[in-house]
Amino acid sequence: MHFVVCLKQVPDSSEVRIDPVTNTLMREGVPSIINPYDAHALEEAIRLKEKVGGKVTIVTMGPPQAKEALRKAMSFGADRAVLISGREFAGSDSLATAYILTQAILKINETEPVDLVLCGKEAIDGDTAQTGPGIATRLGFPQLTYVIKVVELNEDSITVHRKLETGREVVQAKLPALLTVEKELNEIRYASLPNVMKAASYEPEIVDAKTIEFDPSQMGLKGSPTSVSKIFAPPVRSGGEKVDGTKDPSGAAAQVVEKLFQENIIMQKGGSR
Amino acid sequence: MAIIIGPGCIGCGACVVECPTEALELADGVVVVDPEKCTECGDCIEVCPSDVLSLPAGAKKEEPTEEEAPAEETTNAPKPKKKEKIVPVAGGDVWSGVWVVAEYSRGEVAPVSWELLGEGKKLADDIGCELACVIVGHDVEGVIPEAFAYGAEKVYVVDDPILKDFRTEPYAVAVTDLIRKYQPEILLMGATAMGRDVFPVIATKMKTGLTADCTVLSIDPKTNLLLQTRPAFGGNIMATIMCRKERPQMATVRPRVMAMPERIEGRTGEIVREELNMTEDEVLTKVIEFIKGDAKSIFLDKAEILVAVGLGVGSKRNLALCEELAETIGATICGTRGAVEAGWMTHDRQVGQTGVTVRPKLYIAIGISGAIQHLVGMETSDYIIAINNDPEAPIFEVANYGIVGDLVDVVPALTAEFNKRLQHGVAK
Repeated sequence: MHFVVCLKQVPDSSEVRIDPVTNTLMREGVPSIINPYDAHALEEAIRLKEKVGGKVTIVTMGPPQAKEALRKAMSFGADRAVLISGREFAGSDSLATAYILTQAILKINETEPVDLVLCGKEAIDGDTAQTGPGIATRLGFPQLTYVIKVVELNEDSITVHRKLETGREVVQAKLPALLTVEKELNEIRYASLPNVMKAASYEPEIVDAKTIEFDPSQMGLKGSPTSVSKIFAPPVRSGGEKVDGTKDPSGAAAQVVEKLFQENIIMQKGGSR
Repeated sequence: MAIIIGPGCIGCGACVVECPTEALELADGVVVVDPEKCTECGDCIEVCPSDVLSLPAGAKKEEPTEEEAPAEETTNAPKPKKKEKIVPVAGGDVWSGVWVVAEYSRGEVAPVSWELLGEGKKLADDIGCELACVIVGHDVEGVIPEAFAYGAEKVYVVDDPILKDFRTEPYAVAVTDLIRKYQPEILLMGATAMGRDVFPVIATKMKTGLTADCTVLSIDPKTNLLLQTRPAFGGNIMATIMCRKERPQMATVRPRVMAMPERIEGRTGEIVREELNMTEDEVLTKVIEFIKGDAKSIFLDKAEILVAVGLGVGSKRNLALCEELAETIGATICGTRGAVEAGWMTHDRQVGQTGVTVRPKLYIAIGISGAIQHLVGMETSDYIIAINNDPEAPIFEVANYGIVGDLVDVVPALTAEFNKRLQHGVAK
């Protein structure tokens, strides 16, 4: 079976801040990491390969520096890595990004038919969770989002558990299919030393608008319907009210609960029938 | 000569797309101009959301050319390209109306659907258009009067046995067909597992923009476009997103952010029914089983209310008090690394640097001192309540409301108080 994993290199989001003077993103010196959810997607692809045999191909879009992330990913046991890189792709939003990744996957599919695409459920920089479903839609694959367990994988279908607000759902999809995965799907392994050594000298294939056919109107800024019109820092938190609950716990509790209702943080049940 | 780029460029790229001569591009996250190509037509100045672009002093100040009057050309500048695409007029007649897609599953409507009808009404009033609710599923008759009661002026219904269990493909087909036929200007849905699964599919089919997980919506009085504000980078940054040229403008909205509108029984309106254009054979997925979970098994980063415990809770017996509180308000229980290492809960319940980052509507921290490793995982919660016996605990620095006291007294008092107020059980 042929597994394709979509990876994104992201800034470690806990360290990104807004410059209070220029109101721009301060990304300098912020370390890049493999999007954690994508790492779990990769891990699952490798586990499935170990179980049923086959090949794992990684696809990413990013600057040439993303090669490092791809080498790291290779060290976990992937077989091939493709980097989509070029200025023509810059500024793509999730709609355009899904288009670009789809074109690359279709190209890979020409020589090695794809059975399963795996993505993280979202990237931690944008938290949009839109690229995976966008790729599935363009490929015409059924999508299974929020996957926490793969129950069965055979020639024709895959059965998984999806995590929902109210419980878990057992769903089956015909192959080829696309999964977006949660962290609890698996524990990520440590790369073995021979694999690390092998990956260190691995050269990812680089593709751009010259090697794959792309429609320029569907990518980059021009192919992105959404644009950011403003960024700003969230209001700074400062300690709020403090009440003494040592002498009169019930009084303090009543005060807090009243506040929660007043500010609509807790609401009376009113939604469902 | 070329346009002047002042400080403060946020790299949104709006000007790059607007430039008729392709003189602008992004480099390292900010815009740069190619003076060879720039004709100083000024088109970019108007679209810049940060007002950082300007014409050089002495440049011929062109009257803002609203109509496509050909820009004055300098001798060898390339001729500006005519724009091929007709951009829909915001607030116009062709793409018109605010639609809320109601989430109906297993006999229940997700409350966020009604919250969005409340918010949608405000947006529709600002534009001066209609508010409609879309109900897709099977056996949905009972939901229709509810949609009117919560403020919908029109209800679109697609009812088919294929839609009984939510599955992405038929659901997306049903909604997309409605959009193509009736052309709403704005489409909203809750940022729930269902909304965030199906909305990207619909947006991809429509080739339009979608903003996920919004917390603030408004109509820009200048352009009549939807301003969609959401947290990014784990909540460290807020971004306002616009979808200028494609329709519909789509957004998912976090549950419990918008206020629940008043329910007025007996309101009615037009009901539009459409068929589902899909057969069971064409659907590639099958729901085999649904295993109902309780609030305890919900995923932390989706939970709307969290009760978090730290080592200060002291014992499993005291932990039970916290669990009781969680039960009362429908919260999910989670904890610090210390709580996990004490064996009180599994690692998937850990909030903080080495655990999960959460952003619930309400975070109740009990017996948590507030080490930085924990704070980074929860400080972007909407509302934080801290209970601790040490008035100097750092957790109080980030809490909206702190109670200094012994949790053994305070927590049961809170549970009792909530029970009094929530007589009908869980707040949801």
